[in-house]
Amino acid sequence: MSTTADSRPDTLAPTEDGLSRLVAEGHDLRPRVTFAETVSQTFALAGRSVTTMRRNADQLFDVTFQPLLFTAMFAYIFGGAISGDVRSYLPLLIPGVLAQSTLTACMATGVQLREDMEKGVFDRFTSLPIARIAPLAGPALADLLRYALAAVLTVAAGLAMGFRPGGGVLGVLAGGALIMFAGWSLAWIFTWFGTVASSARAVQGYSMMILFPLTFLSNAYVPTDTLPGWLRAFVHVNPVSHIVSGVRDLMNDGAVTAQVGWAVLGCVVVAAIFLPLSVRSYARHL
Amino acid sequence: MTTPAVEATGLVKRFGDVRAVDGVDLTIAPGQVFGVLGPNGAGKTTTLRMLATLLSIDAGSARVLGVDVARRPHVVRQLIGVTGQYASVDEKLTARENLRLFGRLQGLSRSASAARADDLLERFALTADAARPLEQYSGGMRRRLDLAASLITSPPLVFLDEPTTGLDPRTRGQMWDTIRELVRSGSTVVLTTQYLDEADQLASRIAVIDRGRKVAEGTPGELKRLVGASSLHVELRDAARAPEAAGIVERVLGEQPSLSPEASRVVASLPDANRAGDVLIALREAGLDLASASIAEPTLDEVFLALTGQPTQGEAADDQEVA
Repeated sequence: MSTTADSRPDTLAPTEDGLSRLVAEGHDLRPRVTFAETVSQTFALAGRSVTTMRRNADQLFDVTFQPLLFTAMFAYIFGGAISGDVRSYLPLLIPGVLAQSTLTACMATGVQLREDMEKGVFDRFTSLPIARIAPLAGPALADLLRYALAAVLTVAAGLAMGFRPGGGVLGVLAGGALIMFAGWSLAWIFTWFGTVASSARAVQGYSMMILFPLTFLSNAYVPTDTLPGWLRAFVHVNPVSHIVSGVRDLMNDGAVTAQVGWAVLGCVVVAAIFLPLSVRSYARHL
Repeated sequence: MTTPAVEATGLVKRFGDVRAVDGVDLTIAPGQVFGVLGPNGAGKTTTLRMLATLLSIDAGSARVLGVDVARRPHVVRQLIGVTGQYASVDEKLTARENLRLFGRLQGLSRSASAARADDLLERFALTADAARPLEQYSGGMRRRLDLAASLITSPPLVFLDEPTTGLDPRTRGQMWDTIRELVRSGSTVVLTTQYLDEADQLASRIAVIDRGRKVAEGTPGELKRLVGASSLHVELRDAARAPEAAGIVERVLGEQPSLSPEASRVVASLPDANRAGDVLIALREAGLDLASASIAEPTLDEVFLALTGQPTQGEAADDQEVA
């Protein structure tokens, strides 16, 4: 999975090619990337992403200002209508805004990857003897910081407006961990878009098209019992609904429910499909 | 027998219906600079990218130091350094951060990659600017950093794609010195260029590529002999006396010169620059008044004219390559 063409057995026939001769001449050559090397390369590239993030703080807009704005805006607009008052709406809303902000942040992962791939530095990554997954997994790892930032600000805004999560500190931390894992796994969908689309603009287009249905056709902002049957059916299979429900259960009740299990399972399935697809499509660009 | 640094047979790359590279064979001996010369869109860059594992090979095969490029890209990547036409460094990092990152990616420890970065910054005269963001770098500095980034593991084979395109003459000269130095230290360099003088200055062997095919290969001397070396241009004040001047030039050089359409200009091929003086003296003794006289080096266009019978497409040969 981590390399493209050399999925052959480790043993080299002496006459097969020049490798064994080069090794005999004293070149320190490795036939493939080891797991340890892959991890270290991923961390090196995550470090690069973090440095870049720090220098371009304005690009953190989507995980700073947006969650604050959405929390305040939705709370005062929908609060009275849905839950009677703002304060009773917050336990429903905060996990919803967390999911929305995290998904928006995931989308930026795909767009930025595409922009990066069009630059010369990706040629360098391609020509280096590194795992093909590292240039994708590095930024994905660094983006955990973005999701964490969005989660902290959303919860802080909620607390300031009177949100008192019943799950306590542990429940909130567990909810935050679930939303970060969800962000990491769903980001592979957008990463895959990044590797197949023709431009960053196209990635943005595709991403918007799936981002809106995924977040708004879920239970993120409203209780689902008022929805027409066909829509409710979609909302119930939408993984975002399970993530939102799971985060609600953890934060509000401190309970590890079946919804948490479904959310984790859904995320694992998404990552299991889109991670290999992304690596394959990235490696095929060669 | 030593293993060739590069051994390619029948390389083909298709982009849609276009065969960008159409059956190129190359054998490159180690320890030299090998030049791949050609105009825009000839397929030089595509050939190089296939050899450097950046593009898949559609047909044919290639070996780098005896290792098959298509079957063992990971091993080939440990043997090569690649410097692309566009700076393949991270614009958002500083020079030092770039070099350290590439060192870490290639398995150097934190301290080893820091030491290696400082070495290379020193060697490429970038130490003073090591902490500046690359946005403030000049084209020449960027190319130097790019080349430095390709040399972190001292690879035995270095690919340079148009290393001096867009550089001013002084920076270009510095880049040439660096490339020569690289070969002295034991590396093999394969470079693409659209400038005959660059290939002439650096390469011990040159392959000329046109429309995806190799049209000639040889030493710079052999190629220049194909074109007929330099040419002498004289312009007469009195166009009517041009045929008379042409006669004198032919008598001195032993070869018939050509007359320009407006007939005031005589152009003769000049195998030996010393003969230019003889021609000018003979013209003065005949009382012919010259408006101008110049000696021109053969241009890439002339090489192409000589090799393919057609000029290079458009006037793009001196512009930046886009393909």
